[in-house]
Amino acid sequence: MDLLNALVALSNFVLIPAIAYGSQLALGALGVTLIYGILRFSNFAHGDTMAFGAMIAVLVTWWMQSVGIGLGPLPTALLALPFAILGCMAFLLLTDRMVYRFYREQKAKPVILVIVSMGVMFITNGLVRFIIGPGDQRFSDGERFIISARDFKAMTGLKEGLAIKTTQGITVVVAVICVALLFWFLNRTRTGKSMRAYSDNEDLALLSGINPERVVMYTWLIVAALATTAGVLYGLDKSYRPFVYFQLLLPIFASAIVGGLGSPLGAIAGGFLIAFSEVLITYAWKKVLVYALPEGIEPTGLAQLLSTDYKFAVSFVILLIVLLFRPTGLFKGQTI
Amino acid sequence: MKKFLMATAATALMSGAAFAGGHAKEVKLGILIGFTGPIESLAPAMAAGAELAMKEATDSGLLLDSATVVPIRADTNCIDNGLATSNAERLISEGINGLIGGDCSGVTGAILQNVAIPNGMVMISPSATSPGLTTVEDNDLFFRTAPSDAREGEVMADVLKDRGITSIALTYTNNDYGKGLADAITTAFEAAGGEVTISAAHEDGKGDYSAEVGALASAGGDLLVVAGYLDQGGLGIIQSSLDSGAYDTFGLPGGMIGDSLPANVGADLNGSFGQIAGSGGEGIERLTALAGDAFDATSPYSPESYDAAALFMFAMQAANSTDPADYGPKIMDVANAPGEKIYPGELAKGLQILKDGGEIDYVGGSAVELIGPGESAGSYREIEVKDGKNETVGFR
Repeated sequence: MDLLNALVALSNFVLIPAIAYGSQLALGALGVTLIYGILRFSNFAHGDTMAFGAMIAVLVTWWMQSVGIGLGPLPTALLALPFAILGCMAFLLLTDRMVYRFYREQKAKPVILVIVSMGVMFITNGLVRFIIGPGDQRFSDGERFIISARDFKAMTGLKEGLAIKTTQGITVVVAVICVALLFWFLNRTRTGKSMRAYSDNEDLALLSGINPERVVMYTWLIVAALATTAGVLYGLDKSYRPFVYFQLLLPIFASAIVGGLGSPLGAIAGGFLIAFSEVLITYAWKKVLVYALPEGIEPTGLAQLLSTDYKFAVSFVILLIVLLFRPTGLFKGQTI
Repeated sequence: MKKFLMATAATALMSGAAFAGGHAKEVKLGILIGFTGPIESLAPAMAAGAELAMKEATDSGLLLDSATVVPIRADTNCIDNGLATSNAERLISEGINGLIGGDCSGVTGAILQNVAIPNGMVMISPSATSPGLTTVEDNDLFFRTAPSDAREGEVMADVLKDRGITSIALTYTNNDYGKGLADAITTAFEAAGGEVTISAAHEDGKGDYSAEVGALASAGGDLLVVAGYLDQGGLGIIQSSLDSGAYDTFGLPGGMIGDSLPANVGADLNGSFGQIAGSGGEGIERLTALAGDAFDATSPYSPESYDAAALFMFAMQAANSTDPADYGPKIMDVANAPGEKIYPGELAKGLQILKDGGEIDYVGGSAVELIGPGESAGSYREIEVKDGKNETVGFR
């Protein structure tokens, strides 16, 4: 029995990756939930918006690296992030002006807007591939680890190592800052309050003199910031490839819906719920159990519930269960 | 203009034939490999290898009363069965006497079933490695100078055993190649008394492999064998394993050997080892010298292509015929003992021996030894990563 090693192994392979992944999902799901709450449609282009924003960050990072601007131990991409957010904001406002506004003026049904967003998704998809190509792009630099597995073993003398990547640390810190800023904005500022009012009851908001175009614009700006941040963090932590963001769409939507569409708090809870379920259910528990259980009753098999191939299926199943038994999601969002 | 060009080309060919021996006899060999597609970077050296052997035989003036060997190139795209079979049909209609190809295992099977068998054409593939082609019903028309992946499994098991590894975790790319190779490694390693703690698939092209690595780490083992692709999921698995400290030594089969892997992973890969089809010794040295600056004879499957062309010509010489039905059965004879050993650059010598009724044992650039239904026994280069480079540490 060796509880300490069990705990370290569990943290290394489950807790830390899941927390980082959950933060990335939560940021993505916040964008989806804001658009659903205020513009009232499911934005399928969100994954590719993340890819677009991250693409600008990659390009700016490359430029900064080439002229020698850097952040020392931190990735240069953090410095490029504000520029990427500005670029993504411009892109989203442009698509809103060219595409969504037309349908908004027509008072188009949400389902039409969903299809429109799929069109935007495919265009963005193509645009990103056209500019940066479909392949893997490397743009992370700086210190790779806050603590590496080898150092941890040497430091503590334990058999198991614990690795915390710099990008994982940054992901969590940046996500916390983003969420704090967003909640402050929504609850404390005049614009934030008008956005919430517009989301709760559109007609009442209009009667009380809120300018709808202004609300829509602010929504897109915030969504651009969230999507770009999520995209850059994911790209830094894992790898940047346009197709990967398209695949992320499913867990992101699952997070937003599980938490309750339109509820920012729900999006965050949903993100972590999905991330932890995906990792916990597909993890092979053998190593942890061998350490944790007394000798003689430890498992000989892998003690794995589902093969890792079924990772995405886990988010699907959670989505189904929530939709069947609690259609408004955990935090009482809107029904779809 | 086009007609004029064709006429010029035809004249040039005919005059070439005239210079070669004053005899009009011509042997046509098709070179049907993927000049476009996933292995397009390998194809030029493969074709050049085959053509070098043909030129050597032609220049010797000894093949079948000084016949001229004419190569005809065509494309398979490596993965496009439709293109590959229609190009094979075209080659047949142009009157080829033998077919060097295909290159990738999938198209090779398609060409064999749809074109070679119905037309009774003999095929020698320089690069198809799928174990499935060993058991395919081929009417004795299919040979290959590349070894089957089943053989690679045995070699890998030997390498592991010699290094004192008793248990491995295994992950493979989720396709026919990866699954076939993983099964071969598992079978051979377990037969040698080793233990495979887990054999799990990974998908190529994902952003995040931490869940896969978590499962692999939990299963345990002395090292992790990654039967994947070096620019794809294989790289992601290795990177993620190193990051989380799950494994720090890796077993690398053929698909993972390449200069980009140590370059991308860095110093942490030092000490990992593996193997790739290839041979050392006299044959490849002579072929490299023979090729000179014209092409890189050590490029993967280039020696195998030279050997495929040479086998065709020796078999024809032995049977004194260019008819596939006549020379097909002779291929195994000229490739294997008994007989005089023939190396690259010695085709004239071999042709002379056969003409005089003697026997040869063709060695060639890839140490040809055909076993079973006519496939290479396979020699492998054992690779170890040292100081960020793939170093050849031995041959098996």
